[in-house]
Amino acid sequence: MLYREAGQFKTTYVADQQIFPILQDRIFVLAVIVAAFLAVPMFASPYLYTEILIPFLILSLAAIGLNILVGYCGQVSLGTGGFMAVGAYAAYNLWLRVPELNNLIVVFLFGGLMAAAVGILFGIPSLRIKGFYLAVATLASQFFLDWLFARVKWLTNYTPSGSVAVGNLSVFGWKIETPADRYLLILGLVVVATVVAKNLVRGHIGRSWMAIRDMDIAAEIVGFRPLRTKLTAFAVSSFFIGVAGAMWAFLRLGAWEPLAFDINRSFQILFMVIIGGLGSLLGSFLGAAFIVLMPILLNQLPGWFGIRMSTALLSHLEFMVFGAMIVFFLIVEPHGLARLWAVAKEKLRLWPFPH
Amino acid sequence: MTTRLRSFPDVLLSVENISLSFGGVKALTDISFDIAKGEIRAIIGPNGAGKSSMLNCINGFYHPQQGAITYKGVRRSQMKPHEAAEQGIARTFQNIALFRGMSTLDNIMTGRNLRMKTGLFWQALHIGPAQREEIEHRKAVERIIDFLEIQHIRKAPVGQLPYGLQKRVELGRALAAEPELLLLDEPMAGMNIEEKQDMCRFILDVNDEFGTTICLIEHDMGVVMDISDRVVVLDYGKKIGDGVPDEVRGNEAVVAAYLGVSH
Ligand SMILES: Nc1ncnc2c1ncn2[C@@H]1O[C@H](COP(=O)(O)OP(=O)(O)OP(=O)(O)O)[C@@H](O)[C@H]1O
Ligand SMILES: [Mg+2]
Repeated sequence: MLYREAGQFKTTYVADQQIFPILQDRIFVLAVIVAAFLAVPMFASPYLYTEILIPFLILSLAAIGLNILVGYCGQVSLGTGGFMAVGAYAAYNLWLRVPELNNLIVVFLFGGLMAAAVGILFGIPSLRIKGFYLAVATLASQFFLDWLFARVKWLTNYTPSGSVAVGNLSVFGWKIETPADRYLLILGLVVVATVVAKNLVRGHIGRSWMAIRDMDIAAEIVGFRPLRTKLTAFAVSSFFIGVAGAMWAFLRLGAWEPLAFDINRSFQILFMVIIGGLGSLLGSFLGAAFIVLMPILLNQLPGWFGIRMSTALLSHLEFMVFGAMIVFFLIVEPHGLARLWAVAKEKLRLWPFPH
Repeated sequence: MTTRLRSFPDVLLSVENISLSFGGVKALTDISFDIAKGEIRAIIGPNGAGKSSMLNCINGFYHPQQGAITYKGVRRSQMKPHEAAEQGIARTFQNIALFRGMSTLDNIMTGRNLRMKTGLFWQALHIGPAQREEIEHRKAVERIIDFLEIQHIRKAPVGQLPYGLQKRVELGRALAAEPELLLLDEPMAGMNIEEKQDMCRFILDVNDEFGTTICLIEHDMGVVMDISDRVVVLDYGKKIGDGVPDEVRGNEAVVAAYLGVSH
């Protein structure tokens, strides 16, 4: 079937405001989701689950969260790792201290809500400071949170070096044991979270974020309240990031220490957003896929061509490729992979008659 | 062209003894005038006269050091821009202030934000009240899009539109708020004759059909004299004239200011 929108007339505003107004897009996305739920479990290996699919999905969610703040609302943040840690440890404490509960959904939501509260707190300075200075302030929040989880022993249940572990997980009675269980749970949550994020960015709350991003003075003059708008963005963004942090801890790591959410994590998620595309949910997925797959490919590629490389060289290569990509996207295409995808789609829409 | 002589009994906004300075620069000195409900009021004056500063004081973007502004019977020494918006004051800017990363439609939709009340929960689901609200306001915005004849650029990102269309979209965003007082800072600057005629028609129609009070800054004297009911003249931050277009045209100080005669 050709990729065309001709003949698809919108007769109602509901139809015009759909997430995917073009029929072919709807079919494609639906097919991907169905395949992810039904086809993948038929062939996926534990390696595919734990090293590729699970990290990809959870980090996509974190990237969506950060993209809401940076890409949609224009507020730079280097505190992502810290907010993920809040989500992870809040979830851990609820799981630990209220064992009767034993429901991951509730535990994750709690992690998200606590992260949202902390996000609001650290978002308050954004009313006064912008750009570079805000980045530094959020960096400070990262270090503060690192310190908090290392020093306040109650939060890590007095374990040595703050490393904690979880087990016996379940959701409404469904026991989460195999990698496939974890994958399906994560997939379900990420699909729901993505729909929620899309709904928010296409409604009046999303417009308030983008208005503040594009021109805060004009935004105030049409009636948006800058502080409230920014704090909503911080809250929603940190909520998603907190849930992602809890999922990362419970479903990817199982046992972890505060180091899992240090400043490197913040940068990793920020790179996903930049490479994937600022202000694009699709970009959050593309960026996460890129960052998860790139090191694996770099590791495999030389072998396929029969070239032997030392691991040290490989890891240097990884840094260089990331550095080059980030510089490229910052300078040439701030809308990232998502824009490249959109351009390709536009070409396809006009193909084979480009004029 | 004959001047339109209409009478307006009620005062919507009055400015009393406003003074504003930036460091040593006195942008406005002891300015007083009023805007009547339903009229088209123009502010004119040479470059740097303080016209934009005056609008900025009215909608709370600048805070004057002295004086007060009475709007709808409430006297204030200053207010915040979003309070002005809540009170029914909308505006456009001399240098277009659109949200460049958003489409025409979304830009105009932002004009209705104060009427959109559904919270995070319904917004996250985008069903029920949230969807009804979105559609209700979309309809209002579509009427504005039709009125301004910009249907063809509905989905286009505004950053890529030509200047004249951007000015129109900005007017659309202000109109979407259904303001009682509309402040227009040089709505026709940089336009060709045809675009200016369109813009004049829009302004007159808005004033006629919705009874919106309009205060506009404009350099094109032909336009000002044609469409405004009363004119305030500023020069070097001082008021040098105020009245119906014919009075202002005959005012010697005004003529001197425009001819650049020293005073
Ligand atoms: N934010 C500001 N900071 C410092 N000075 C300002 C500021 N805004 C205005 N001014 C000064 O106030 C004076 C009046 O400026 P204003 O922009 O109000 O003039 P104007 O009548 O709108 O001129 P124009 O026709 O060129 O738009 C100018 O001398 C200007 O330099
Ligand atoms: Mg001006």
